[in-house]
Amino acid sequence: MEVAESYLPILIFMVLATVLAIVMAGIPLLVAPKRPDSEKLSAYECGFEAFDDSRGRFDVRFYLVAILFIIFDLEVAFLFPWAVSLREIGLFGFWSMMIFLTILTVGFIYEWKKGALEWE
Amino acid sequence: MEEIITGLTFYLFAAVTIASAIMVVGSRNAVHSVLFLILAFFTCSALFVLRGAEFVAMILVIVYVGAVAVLFLFVVMMLHVGENRLFQGVRRFGVVGVLVGLAVAAELIIVISTRAFRQDTPAVASNPTTADLNVTEALGQILYTDYFLLFQMSGLVLLVAMIGAITLTLRQRDGVKKQSIPQQIERKREDAVALRKVESGKGIG
Repeated sequence: MEVAESYLPILIFMVLATVLAIVMAGIPLLVAPKRPDSEKLSAYECGFEAFDDSRGRFDVRFYLVAILFIIFDLEVAFLFPWAVSLREIGLFGFWSMMIFLTILTVGFIYEWKKGALEWE
Repeated sequence: MEEIITGLTFYLFAAVTIASAIMVVGSRNAVHSVLFLILAFFTCSALFVLRGAEFVAMILVIVYVGAVAVLFLFVVMMLHVGENRLFQGVRRFGVVGVLVGLAVAAELIIVISTRAFRQDTPAVASNPTTADLNVTEALGQILYTDYFLLFQMSGLVLLVAMIGAITLTLRQRDGVKKQSIPQQIERKREDAVALRKVESGKGIG
């Protein structure tokens, strides 16, 4: 329970942020004068009509970058408990992580040599 | 007082989680679905914090919100799921979907109510006691030594995922002019510049 207790400031912060957001979004709805016309409500894009649907297709290469990011994100996630408990798990734990990192470094060298990190 | 606050926050976050999970399936716009999924991840991590599992909560935010949700957005953008196509198959597949959902829910309830999830089983009792440790320490003390093989296998899975992503999505584009630094440095003056004596009125033949 003491873990949850130490998060009380964050909870208070979240409650304040929510209340403030609701208040700031709500007051204009109540007090601001509203006189809409078709020009005011139409989409505005630097003076032009909107050229295109904003849901354009993405290049697949963004996807590759995102996947590679996830993989190294997970690698870093594994490092945190290891760093915290390195004193207790000793040499075996240390080398266990080194083997893990070596496996992923093989993949890193592969993607580097393949040119997956380059943006033509 | 403290119990009231934790109870209230639990029910608040649980309600938001369930509501946003329903909106993930029910929202007409695929991008909104992903945004509701992100909200569900956030509230789940708050529930983990309430339970004392700090590390899991932070990993949920870092990995799922920071990376997986972005991937989901990319997939939505790539597949070009329009609003009109999203609910096309509801009538045909709705019954099957509900049945599959009920089956998964029943499985989850059965698994959770078995002995494996109780606190007093031998498997739980043999592990280092987590009462005086926080989750990160408890995890670190067994993950890299007791579960050595599974840990290395997770590394191999990540490697396979990396190579698979590269072979599936990487394609070299033709006709792209790239800078090659060794080629630039290797280049001699003689290869590039020629001095010619040009006679007047004739030009270089």
